[in-house]
Formats: sequence, C-alpha cells, structure tokens
Amino acid sequence: MSNPQFSPETLALVETMKRRYPADRQKSALIPVLHLAQAEFDGWLSVPVMDYVASLLSLQPIEVYEVASFYSMFNLKPVGKCVLEVCRTSSCWLMGAEDVVRHIEKKLGIRVGETTGDGMFTLKTVECLGSCGTAPMLQCGSDYYENLTLEKVDNLISELRSDGRRRTYPKADRVMD
Amino acid sequence: MGKKLLLQHDHVPGIHTLQVYRDHGGYSALRKALSSMTPEQIVEEVKTSGLRGRGGAGFPTGMKWSFLAKPPGVPRYVVCNADESEPGTFKDRYLMERIPHLLIEGMILSSYALGANTSYIYIRGEYYYVANILEMAIAEAYAAGLLGKNILGSGFDCDLYVQIGAGAYICGEETALLESLEGKRGNPRIKPPFPAVAGLYGCPTVVNNVETIAAVVPIVNDGGAAYAAIGVGRSTGTKLISASGHINRPGVYEIELGVPVEEFIYSDEYCGGIRNGRRMKAVVAGGSSVPILPADLILKTSNGEPRLMTYESLADGGFASGTMLGSGGFIVMDEDTSIVKNLWNFTRFYHHESCGQCSPCREGTGWMEKILHKILDGHGTLSDVDLLWDIQAKIEGKTICPLGDAAAWPVASAIRHFRSEFEEYVKRGSSIRDVKHYFRLNNLPEPVA
Ligand SMILES: Cc1cc2nc3c(=O)[nH]c(=O)nc-3n(C[C@H](O)[C@H](O)[C@H](O)COP(=O)(O)O)c2cc1C
Ligand code: SF4
Ligand code: FES
Repeated sequence: MSNPQFSPETLALVETMKRRYPADRQKSALIPVLHLAQAEFDGWLSVPVMDYVASLLSLQPIEVYEVASFYSMFNLKPVGKCVLEVCRTSSCWLMGAEDVVRHIEKKLGIRVGETTGDGMFTLKTVECLGSCGTAPMLQCGSDYYENLTLEKVDNLISELRSDGRRRTYPKADRVMD
Repeated sequence: MGKKLLLQHDHVPGIHTLQVYRDHGGYSALRKALSSMTPEQIVEEVKTSGLRGRGGAGFPTGMKWSFLAKPPGVPRYVVCNADESEPGTFKDRYLMERIPHLLIEGMILSSYALGANTSYIYIRGEYYYVANILEMAIAEAYAAGLLGKNILGSGFDCDLYVQIGAGAYICGEETALLESLEGKRGNPRIKPPFPAVAGLYGCPTVVNNVETIAAVVPIVNDGGAAYAAIGVGRSTGTKLISASGHINRPGVYEIELGVPVEEFIYSDEYCGGIRNGRRMKAVVAGGSSVPILPADLILKTSNGEPRLMTYESLADGGFASGTMLGSGGFIVMDEDTSIVKNLWNFTRFYHHESCGQCSPCREGTGWMEKILHKILDGHGTLSDVDLLWDIQAKIEGKTICPLGDAAAWPVASAIRHFRSEFEEYVKRGSSIRDVKHYFRLNNLPEPVA
C-alpha cells in the first residue's frame, strides 16, 4: 500500500478525536488515530501508513514511529486475520496458559510470533489483560475469551476459521462527538 | 455480609444504562453537590472520609486533592487512571463494564471539586470494548445534561473524554500515563515537579484510580464521616479485591476493610478456599509488585495476630514478614506451585515492561530474568541466588519510577521466604535437566517443579 487513505467515515472520526484536546495539543490524538489506522489497514502499521498518520496530524514521521514502536498493541509487521493473544502472566500462568500456548502452537503448526501459511492466524503472547479471575484467557480483536479449556480453544479456532473475517476493533460505534 | 458502597447494584439488569442507574439512586450525589455544596466542601468530605488511593500506593486522596496548584487563568485537569495492568488486578474493568455511570458520576464530582472543565479517562487499549461501554454511557450523560455546558443548571461546565492506550504496563504510572495522553512514548517523568503542579500539558493535574474516583460518589451522598465509620483505623471504607489463582471462587469482591485474611480466603462469601482440596502455599496480596508471603505469614503476623485486609495489617512486620494491600490483586497459589518459576514469570514481566530509561531497571530486570531461567533449567549455583539478592537490592530505590521497586520486591521476598526452594533447584540441577530433556523430546508439558 503506497498511498494509504482513510475512508471519509474514518476521516470524520479523526476530526472528532482532534476536538478532544486543546488546539495546540493535537498530538494527543496520535494513539487513538494509530488504532484507527491499524483497524483500517489490515491489522498492522506499515511505514507508509505511519507517514500518512503523521501528515494527518501534522507530525514528523519520527514522532509516529517512536510511539508505534513503544506500545505492544501496534503491529509493525503483517499479521494474520485473527491475532490470538494469549495472556502468559501470573494468574493465567498458574491456571495453565502454557498449555494453551503449546496447544495452539501444535494445532496451527506455528510458534509464538508466527503467522499460519494461509494468513489466517497469528499467535502472540501478551501480559496480564485484567481477566485473571477468569484465567486462562486470550484476546482476539476486541473480544475476550475467558476460562479457556483446550476444547474451547479448538472450538474458537474452528469458528474463527469458518467465519473467515478479520478480527479487529470496531471503530464507528465507539466515538461520539 | 459486609456493606457495599460501589457494587451494591452490580447484578441489576441494565445497570449500565443511565435510566436503571438513576432508578437506583444514580446521579443523586451530583445533584446534591451541584445544588448545595461548594467545591471546597467536597474536598473536605473526601478528607474526612479517609479515602486512600485505590491504584496501589494508598496515598490519602483528600490530601492529594488539596495539593493541587490553582494558578489563575491556567486550566486544571482530572485524569482517571483506568490503565489497570498490574498482574492480578481486574476490579476496574469489572466496575467500568458493569456500572460505567458510577465512574462518570465520580469524574464529574471530582472535576467540580477540583475546578476542572475538561477531564479524561485513560483506559488501557486492550479494554477496547470497555471503552465502548464508557463512550456510550458518556453519550447518554451528555444527552441528559449531566455533562457539557451548565450541568443541571449549575453553571458548571465539564467535558469528559475516553482516551485509549495501546499496551504498556508502565502507562499506569501516573507521569507515564500523562506522557502517553500527550501522544508520546510512556516514559515516566522525573519528579518533582509533581502532576499537582505540572501534569497534563504542563497544567496542574490530579490522577486518580477508577475505584478512588468511584468512591467519591458514596462519600458525597452519605458524607465523609459515614465512609470513615467503615473499616479499621486508617483503612477506611470498602475496597474492591480481585481474587484469582488456585481458589474455588475467583472474582471481584467488595469488602469492608478489616475482614480477616483467613475469612477472605476460606469463606464461601469470598474465595471459598483452595481448589481441589489442596493446601495453600503462598499469596501475593496486592498485585504482582508486592512481596509474596507464605501461607503462615499471610494468615497471621509474625506476632501471631490474625492478619486483616487493611493497609496496616498487611504491612505489619515490614518487608521482613509483611506485604502490602497494593491494588488489591489477590493471587493465591496452592502447594504444587513452583515459587521459583512464578518468580521467573513475574521478573520476565517486569523486564518486558521496563521503559528502559534507567539502567538499574532496564539491565537489572533482564539480568534477573536470565539468572532465574538458568536456575530453572538446572544450571544454577548457590552464588546465583546471592547474586539475585544483590541485583534486586541495587535496583530498589535507585530508579526514576517505582517500577524498579516493583521488580525488586518480588525477588527479595521470594528469596527471603522460600530460599530453600531455590537451593533445591540448584541441588537437583542435573536431574532437572534430564527431566526437562525427556519432556521436551516427547513434546510433553514440562513439570513445574
Ligand atoms: C509501574 C506502575 C504501574 C502502575 N499502574 C497503575 C494502574 O494500572 N492503575 C492505577 O490506578 N495506578 C497505577 N499506578 C499508580 C499510579 O502511579 C498512581 O499512583 C495512581 O494512579 C494514583 O491514583 P490513586 O491515588 O487514586 O491510587 C502504577 C504505578 C506504577 C509505578
Ligand atoms: S524504573 Fe524502569 S520503568 Fe521506571 S522509569 Fe526507570 S526504566 Fe522506566
Ligand atoms: S494474568 Fe492473565 S489476565 Fe491477568
């Protein structure tokens, strides 16, 4: 994608975002706008996409790169349609997160950080997602899948696969004027 | 059954909507405050209540509020810390998801009390669907004249916005949060100046946790004295505890501060005891950052007094035999848990989350992670345990923000209370290696201990 361009609907959202901060503090919109970009452009932030965001917010590209590279939710490489983000921290670990990760690795034939050949799934491990009472858990798109068992993981993977859609973050219903 | 101030209606169907929230007394505190209280009176009530910050540090909220600088002509900000990333903590998510208007009402009250006309709720990016719930509730509040210009005809204006983060534990630290809200990397700032003087956009700012802000609602409704009447000593009011790990009933519990720890763990009203009839080995009582305690010391202080769920009782004995209430992330481990492996998991977390500004934290966390990995893999020596002790002592207190301490305390406490377990790993070195090798060869899950 050499010339990324938001849809008119997303551009309107960007304008709404900008109104939330003082006129000389528009940089505050950067993280929310990067989320919109990731949702709109295949789940990851390429350099042209980041440059586009920089131009929208009148920032230097480096200001965007340094932020995009700091936060774990921003993907700087292409990802599958469904990114399975398994919590690997404390309570999830106590309750069997390692088994979940190993199971997915085996089932999909990929290791953590990799994407399946058909571009359907990427497996990521993440830190505590605030769902420790319903551990182990994983997130895919904005959805939480809690109290996981290996069977539930199997069902989820077949559901996601037969559905075939990219799991991302719904954007339009979130922002109000 | 203890008194509930925040979650008394959490199971009412539709309580996330404005209508149902109002039907259950919602926004009566705001009405009361705007019609009959000055901002200073609200600050006074919060002081009287003895409310302490629920984000982890337990700093008295009224005092924090009274430190807010008020230079004329400069805007002030109230920022709610909904970053909730301390492992073991999930109470803020529960509160926001179930009763978003409670937080919104608290934000409007706090903004009125502190003279802020623009306020932000900074929520971690992974809670995207919770941010949606908040946005919809905020839209309802605007439509009902509870936000925006001239709220309820009082002449007070307030705009409230949700800001999402993008995955970084460090953004829960209040100055890193402000950096992030300004659209930058989440690098904590050197203090002073404190946010009360120079916070968001260089303006005076108060940052408070979700639960702290929500507690302002019952304090305004019933008065600070009524709030202070609950609890024990300087631990007043109620606290949300996130209970997880090897227990029968994990979940979020609102307790009156002062419940005995033993009751909290074993009563069916709360955790319901240890799963599968096992025995308890250890507890991390206040989120991953606080010292881990073995079963005997979490139930009783070193003087043999029953320990209570209060700031003071959990800290009794200092770090030699006590811990901290912290964020209330209560993680219970059963007898089969490997303390060494758990510590490796925590240390890996802190290494991953270090922002990298200070060398003791950046290098020390990674070094400790490697040593723990070496011990777990059966290559450790006894001097490695001493080295771990040495490194953590050289991180604590020597960094820009408290993440360094948070990484050091779990290491110090695990060695202090479970040193023999580390030594056991070292002694069994080669057999651990053999066992691991066997399990890997056969593609089996590795045993934990
Ligand atoms: C590494 C680190 C992470 C933190 N994470 C959080 C958090 O997720 N939520 C929170 O409310 N406070 C967190 N804090 C504490 C905040 O810095 C700050 O003390 C708190 O938001 C103040 O609010 P309170 O007084 O209402 O507790 C964290 C502190 C540190 C050092
Ligand atoms: S202590 Fe760690 S997280 Fe905190 S500022 Fe220093 S390097 Fe960053
Ligand atoms: S430890 Fe996995 S959600 Fe908290």
